[in-house]
Amino acid sequence: MARLTPENVTVATEILSRYPRPKSALIPLLHLAQEQDGWVTDDAMEHLAELVGVTPAEVVGTCSFYEMFKREPVGRYLVNVCTNISCQLLGGEELLAHAEEVLGVKAGGTTPDGTFTLEDVECIAACTEAPCLQVNYRYFHKITHDELGTLVDDLRAGRRTEEIPPHGVVARIRQHIPADRAAGPADPAVNVEPPWLATEEKKP
Amino acid sequence: MTVSNAPAIITARFGDEAAYTLDRYEATGGYEGLRTALAKTPAQVVEEVKTASLLGRGGAGFPAGVKWGFCPPGVFPRYLVVNGDESEPGTYKDRLLMERDPHQLIEGVLIACYAVGCSQAFLYVRGEMALAQERIAQALNDAYAKGYVGKNILGSDFSVDIVLHWGAGAYIVGEETALIESLEGNRGLPRLKPPFFPAAKGLYLQPTIVNNVETLANLPWIITHGGAAFAALGAENSKGMRMFAVSGHVKKPGVYEVEFGVTTFRDLLYAPVYGGGIRGDHQLKAFIPGGASAPWFYEEHLDLPLEAGAVSKAGSMLGSGAVVVMDETTDMVRACLRLVRFFARESCGKCTPCREGTGWLEKILERILHGEGRPEDVNLLLDVCDNISVGMAWPPRQTTICPLGQSATTPVASAIMRFKDEFEAYVGGPAEITVKVLGPAFVGPRREEASADA
Ligand SMILES: Cc1cc2nc3c(=O)[nH]c(=O)nc-3n(C[C@H](O)[C@H](O)[C@H](O)COP(=O)(O)O)c2cc1C
Ligand code: SF4
Ligand code: FES
Repeated sequence: MARLTPENVTVATEILSRYPRPKSALIPLLHLAQEQDGWVTDDAMEHLAELVGVTPAEVVGTCSFYEMFKREPVGRYLVNVCTNISCQLLGGEELLAHAEEVLGVKAGGTTPDGTFTLEDVECIAACTEAPCLQVNYRYFHKITHDELGTLVDDLRAGRRTEEIPPHGVVARIRQHIPADRAAGPADPAVNVEPPWLATEEKKP
Repeated sequence: MTVSNAPAIITARFGDEAAYTLDRYEATGGYEGLRTALAKTPAQVVEEVKTASLLGRGGAGFPAGVKWGFCPPGVFPRYLVVNGDESEPGTYKDRLLMERDPHQLIEGVLIACYAVGCSQAFLYVRGEMALAQERIAQALNDAYAKGYVGKNILGSDFSVDIVLHWGAGAYIVGEETALIESLEGNRGLPRLKPPFFPAAKGLYLQPTIVNNVETLANLPWIITHGGAAFAALGAENSKGMRMFAVSGHVKKPGVYEVEFGVTTFRDLLYAPVYGGGIRGDHQLKAFIPGGASAPWFYEEHLDLPLEAGAVSKAGSMLGSGAVVVMDETTDMVRACLRLVRFFARESCGKCTPCREGTGWLEKILERILHGEGRPEDVNLLLDVCDNISVGMAWPPRQTTICPLGQSATTPVASAIMRFKDEFEAYVGGPAEITVKVLGPAFVGPRREEASADA
């Protein structure tokens, strides 16, 4: 499976240039790999190790700590139902049970056609809109069992692709720092007082 | 019921659908705070924030201006890390601030960097928040193009890059030293404090200020209107306005910006402009005043003001401004298990009491809920809690590297001490409790109720 494409190496290079130390870019780069392939492949992790200058084992070490990185293929749509306290109080667990029935898989499972993976997740910061869920990290607030059914039908029929990109794509807008505007990364090894502190006494 | 008519500060633009664009932000006073700050010396800006006595909004409630002063002199570069990892169950405010008014946050970041002398800022947004990441990326791109961020900001000698960074799903990364580890590209394991207090030894072991999104979002207003105007709102040490998410069994769940220090829990839960009362005219059973980690409160706590000192004295905390309301239909054993499961899942595994203890608590609660528990299990749960944080005192005693471990004990001690009968119904017999539970919020049923039962 895949190393980063040349276009993604260009993106990776720009991301790397913002950090004082390359390893800091690792999580954004793992997202980039997942965006490319839908999950994080071993080949991609090896490629990232080369780009960042660490061992592949270090990349796996970081990758395996974080819930969002999938080291096996998952569905095109990740359906994450929140069952934490505020959602539980308003039917989050029942919503998850309904999702299991509609999709025909238990939480953690992927439908045989590879369209959906269902997850039982912790609080997603939409507690006043309970019960709620995310599909590929897009929010659906105060969702009823019927609405969940309709949403699944829509996704299956490919009707909401504009709004919900395939799994792996999180933000569709990237930060770009123009070269002539960049202040540049602050090297931890260079102890220089910033000029605006140094000239402090000049102001009234 | 008193509802303060103080005007909104950080949610003031929330009514405006387009507030996230640079045009709308500039048209509504945006970046005026930055201009005002640049006309002052950094020391004067720090003074303004000290006068405001702005408490951190991320959970610990430490005064921002004081924390900034902890950077050792003469050690550079200094970094600013914005904590936008919002994951404490019940907490919902930072995401709104990032999605609806990203420039306000960026302006706050710039003011903080100018005041503290930070040469680079990292804005760490929770990985699961796609829209917040997109809005901030766009806002930063626009702000760079207009000269608000980057080299020689607005023609001055103040230069700083703000780098949008994002996580990948781990609650513990909200803890500031774990956040720094994560930003260094590592697993999110907290560091020992001391020596790793971020202000002294943070990112790349350099002086680093970690501030919450809401904390920083207050800065443009404070600098534009003056610290004294901010400190005129609120009471005691709890100044200004503050966002609270009221969720669970209220008629109007929502995120409300209220006057800090004077508004009471009763106002927040029952006032028509806020929570609007318990849904379906049910009775209040309990509420969590400050996120999953906070000891629970009950009816007798309703008249406490949302004031850090008063809430702490009563044995709990305002934490991250998350108020979760449970009415009398709530099964407290089930609620308790759900909260404990959260901590068990999110424990990073570095310390034994937390890693083992949270797993034990979950297993015992599971078996109780499935009718396989024994009466001794109730005391056993408290015994495990006692091993994680001796005596369940308040403030809690910490036996672990970070406070997550002790946080897992609060739902257990709260639920058992107040609703022991519900546990007994599951385990099929009276449970004897021998473990000492010291926290003042961990209380039994109200006396009237107890005597009414008799
Ligand atoms: C387990 C744990 C999780 C935390 N999660 C968050 C969080 O999601 N967001 C946040 O701002 N602070 C969180 N904190 C608090 C931070 O460690 C830190 O105190 C805070 O970001 C400082 O910002 P402030 O001074 O502006 O409040 C957490 C603390 C702990 C112990
Ligand atoms: S208390 Fe728990 S979460 Fe915190 S460092 Fe220890 S094991 Fe990790
Ligand atoms: S508890 Fe479900 S979003 Fe917070």
